[in-house]
Amino acid sequence: MSTQAPVAPAPAEGTAPATTFEPVIIGFTCNWCSYRAADLAGTARTKYPPNVRLIRLMCSGRLDPTFVLKAFSEGADAVMVSGCHPGECHYIEQNYKALRRFQLLRRTIESLGIEPQRLQLVWASAAEGVRLAGEIARVTEEVRALGPLGWPVGNLVDIDDVDLDAAWQATGGDAGGPPPAPGGVNPDHAAETAQ
Amino acid sequence: MSPTAGSTGGANATKPKLAIFGAASCGGCDVAIVNIHEHIVDVANAFEIVLWPTVMDGKYSDIETMADGEITITLVSGSMRTDETVHLSKLLRRKSKFMVAFGSCASEGCIPGLANLSSRKQIIDTAFSTTSTDNPDGIRPIWECEVPEGILHLPEFEPVLRTLDQVVEVDYTIPGCPPESNQIWAALEAVVKALNGTGPLPPKGSVLGAGDSTVCDECARKRDVKKINRFVRIQQVAGFDPEICLLEQGLPCNGPATRNGCGALCPAVSAPCIGCYGAAEGVIDYGARLMSAYASVVEATTPEEIDKVLDGIPDPVGQFYRFSLANSLLRSGRSAWQNDGE
Repeated sequence: MSTQAPVAPAPAEGTAPATTFEPVIIGFTCNWCSYRAADLAGTARTKYPPNVRLIRLMCSGRLDPTFVLKAFSEGADAVMVSGCHPGECHYIEQNYKALRRFQLLRRTIESLGIEPQRLQLVWASAAEGVRLAGEIARVTEEVRALGPLGWPVGNLVDIDDVDLDAAWQATGGDAGGPPPAPGGVNPDHAAETAQ
Repeated sequence: MSPTAGSTGGANATKPKLAIFGAASCGGCDVAIVNIHEHIVDVANAFEIVLWPTVMDGKYSDIETMADGEITITLVSGSMRTDETVHLSKLLRRKSKFMVAFGSCASEGCIPGLANLSSRKQIIDTAFSTTSTDNPDGIRPIWECEVPEGILHLPEFEPVLRTLDQVVEVDYTIPGCPPESNQIWAALEAVVKALNGTGPLPPKGSVLGAGDSTVCDECARKRDVKKINRFVRIQQVAGFDPEICLLEQGLPCNGPATRNGCGALCPAVSAPCIGCYGAAEGVIDYGARLMSAYASVVEATTPEEIDKVLDGIPDPVGQFYRFSLANSLLRSGRSAWQNDGE
């Protein structure tokens, strides 16, 4: 998984060391508003971070929670969902569905140990190119501060090919827990061994 | 029963071989198999049972000496929790023509899969040093141990529980926790008929002994309204209606995402479906489908109202992934693979 492939960093003078973490953000946009807002931002030469990969849906209501979980499981550091402002949906009320799915998903991923800020919802009309660009920049910085997610489904699948002891140590190992039986000797047989 | 039970005379030579292996399971699947009642005799007539540790004596070394593909069908009814179960599943895969993920554990991780919400350390600490365990010396399991006779090895607990198909290639899946006995017989019968040449062999990858729709399709309850404004427990429903859809009455019922085949037994007695038959046909992630379904029917449009309704589901992972966490897109909670800070 090329989880954190840096996106052609063009560091400004004196800032951004080469090791700056560049988050990968999957952005789901609505055909009728936020996708056009992104387009408008481009036409107006408004810059936004290249960390976001926009995917166009016909409506934010088309967002299946599967898409979000798949993005996380395949290496995305965050997912941004965007749609029309409440009350302005091209399909009348589907963006409310997106809002409810978003709130439910946030609760679920939090229970799984993923920071809820890694899932963001942004409303942006087709005229709000500058606003969308600003929101993308905000989300990028928030996720940069959180650090990489790096969900290891690939590693979980091929666990036979990895060193289990190393994996055990990586999860904290035995640190802090009571030590194993002294010297690796079964206490039931300790007396016999001593003889 | 002994390993040679049911093998009378030369007929044995032509009998297809059957192995039933438990892996990490509760034994409920074995009980469900025995629950096919008199058909168990048909099974014994149709197959030579070469391995069934729950029921009869058998040696893994006998399996090791078999030729590859010698066993016709192997049913694996548990999940992959230790390196021993992984090793034996791989061995049985090599020796079997058809590998069947039997029941929820093997096919989607089931309840044991919820251990994927915790690190191995958390699990072992809970098992060995909680108030319910008398262990004053804080003894922990060790995978290797010196005794006067030599070195003993215990099966090693893997960091993450996996399903059978995450370890070996699986030919068929029989879902359910446990599979309904009539469905077990239907599935075995289909394979027996195929072996006799009196029926078609189900295509590889098929789900046997279940439907291809949802529990809602089998459920007799009436559905009319499409909106719900709260999630509650059954004792909180004033004027509970025995005829109306449970979800519409605010009970979190998993029917919309769950495969049919059970006969919708739970909702028939006013218990919400908990999803033991696994994901319905075409569903990639069970919990995602269910979240999608719930979010669609909630009647609330402001973040505050929505939060109030969703507070009725205090444990989202338990609700949406009770049986399928190990087989979901994320497969585990973060602490299963990340340092838990202890």
